[in-house]
Amino acid sequence: MDLTRLTAAQLAEKVHSREVSAVEVAQAHLDRIAATDGAVHAFLHVAAESALQSAALVDAALDAGRPPASPLAGVPLALKDVFTTIDMPTTCGSKILEGWHPPYDATVTARLRAAGITILGKTNMDEFAMGSSTEYSAYGPTRNPWDTSRIPGGSGGGSAASLAAFEAPLAIGTDTGGSIRQPAAMTGTVGVKPTYGGVSRYGLVACASSLDQGGPCARTVLDAALLHEVIGGYDPLDSTSIDAPVPSVVEAARAGASGDLTGLRVGVVRELGGEGYQPGVERAYRGAVERLEKLGAEVVEVSCPHFEYALAAYYLILPSEVSSNLARFDAMRYGLRVDGGASAEEVMALTREAGFGPEVKRRIILGTYALSSGYYDAYYGQAQKVRTLIARDFAAAFEQADVLVSPTAPTTAFPIGDKVDDPLAMYLNDLATIPTNLAGTAAMSVPCGLAEEDGLPAGLQIMAPALGEARMYRVGAAYEAARDADDSDDSRVPLIQRVPTLEVSR
Amino acid sequence: MSADSPGTISRDEVAHLARLARLAVTDRELDLFAGQLDVILGAVARVGEVAAPGSDLAEIPPTSHAVPLENVFRPDERRPGLTQEQALACAPAAEDGRFRVPQILGEEA
Repeated sequence: MDLTRLTAAQLAEKVHSREVSAVEVAQAHLDRIAATDGAVHAFLHVAAESALQSAALVDAALDAGRPPASPLAGVPLALKDVFTTIDMPTTCGSKILEGWHPPYDATVTARLRAAGITILGKTNMDEFAMGSSTEYSAYGPTRNPWDTSRIPGGSGGGSAASLAAFEAPLAIGTDTGGSIRQPAAMTGTVGVKPTYGGVSRYGLVACASSLDQGGPCARTVLDAALLHEVIGGYDPLDSTSIDAPVPSVVEAARAGASGDLTGLRVGVVRELGGEGYQPGVERAYRGAVERLEKLGAEVVEVSCPHFEYALAAYYLILPSEVSSNLARFDAMRYGLRVDGGASAEEVMALTREAGFGPEVKRRIILGTYALSSGYYDAYYGQAQKVRTLIARDFAAAFEQADVLVSPTAPTTAFPIGDKVDDPLAMYLNDLATIPTNLAGTAAMSVPCGLAEEDGLPAGLQIMAPALGEARMYRVGAAYEAARDADDSDDSRVPLIQRVPTLEVSR
Repeated sequence: MSADSPGTISRDEVAHLARLARLAVTDRELDLFAGQLDVILGAVARVGEVAAPGSDLAEIPPTSHAVPLENVFRPDERRPGLTQEQALACAPAAEDGRFRVPQILGEEA
């Protein structure tokens, strides 16, 4: 039995029934990382020793007859390198934080530990989560396990690739404009952006504070739901945390897997498709919508006329917040310092020049511009109004439909190097995911087949109102079960199991 | 800075912005960024097409945050924080229990 091919739910069952030990499960994944990560580069740091120690504690507790600390106790996980960890470096994919050992754990980290989840290490990402391909990591790109000449999406390409490479059954990402969902679509995995405020941002190094949201990544909808319930919920250390119970997403995923969507209204967003969308992606997406209809859902078309302005608003709001948030990297209290200037100001400017990569610099400059007096009203002020209009579009659409759907990303994974020097082309990857972040609502990506042109995975995006995660998980699980059970679709093999076997080095 | 030509940005403006943002960018970066930022600004200027002054939507309220926020208070009680040692552990330079920094004012100041 290859433990790395199992789902998180299956692994948990085997560990909790003592069929296998948590240490064996951890070791199997560490071995897999050692064999494959040279080709994938999903990890920036592998914490083998602490992973095995954590797993041993889970084994000891179970052997002593204590109940598992959580439904995922003993299951390994890959953590995006943007969450602070007291026992591992946290770099955010940036040279400015190379070798930084944070003095505290993020709330997400602490909850994972308390749940007995085995943290395998920290995953690669675009620098400070700015990018859609993981090529803007200062530590080199991550490669897509489906085709290692291609990008895995971004910014959470490391987390998504670790799942598709079977290096980890669970991962944590963050989604500011699509950084969980777009990599999920590119790698044939599941990624969820919870409602803004649903998962604590304490210890999540900020990109754009009003948009950032941590969330679960997995290979199945149920696994994502199990992880969602571990990391979600109120945190007094995050002033934007929602003080309400975590939606019952595990129950919803289990109910959804029975496959009946009778009475559910699915809204197809007219504006998210057509020009700029790869034909094979659109075909896979339309197939998914037809499948939802066969499961009993009523499909209606909805219009969100202001979504076409979402990208423009986002690339004003995000850089504005970035330019402010990243001012903390001043070479004085932590991180890199480049000595060479006479004054603190010169040292700071030289350090930031050496420590930040090109995309981070572009966005800081753009944000500084958008917030300048004389431009503020024309750019930042207008973008904030667009944000209102997008939230209203969502509200109107959710009057007509219980969930909204679209392709997650306009294309499949593109070759490494293709868009790295064309920022605007890179930004277009997030066309369909950005509106959700601007509105603070919830959305997920579920794999919906392979595009005909290139045989690479495409994603179905399912969007729900704020705190409406349960219905989204229900739809995702129903779709996933129907997709994997389809006789006409070659081998009745779950989509993710069709990822090419990586050449492993031993 | 004047607001007479939104959507276009000059190399000099980029240099000025980089100084404001404490980025000691190189000449080569200035050339590259000026062209790229001009393209990006041309695209994001579209936000001016909606809710323009004088239009039906001109009075639309701005949204700064997805979830309406009110002040969030906690009881004014002591709770554990970082020790001095922890706070200084990752500092580029520390001395006598404090962050050691370069002189904060330039020679001419």
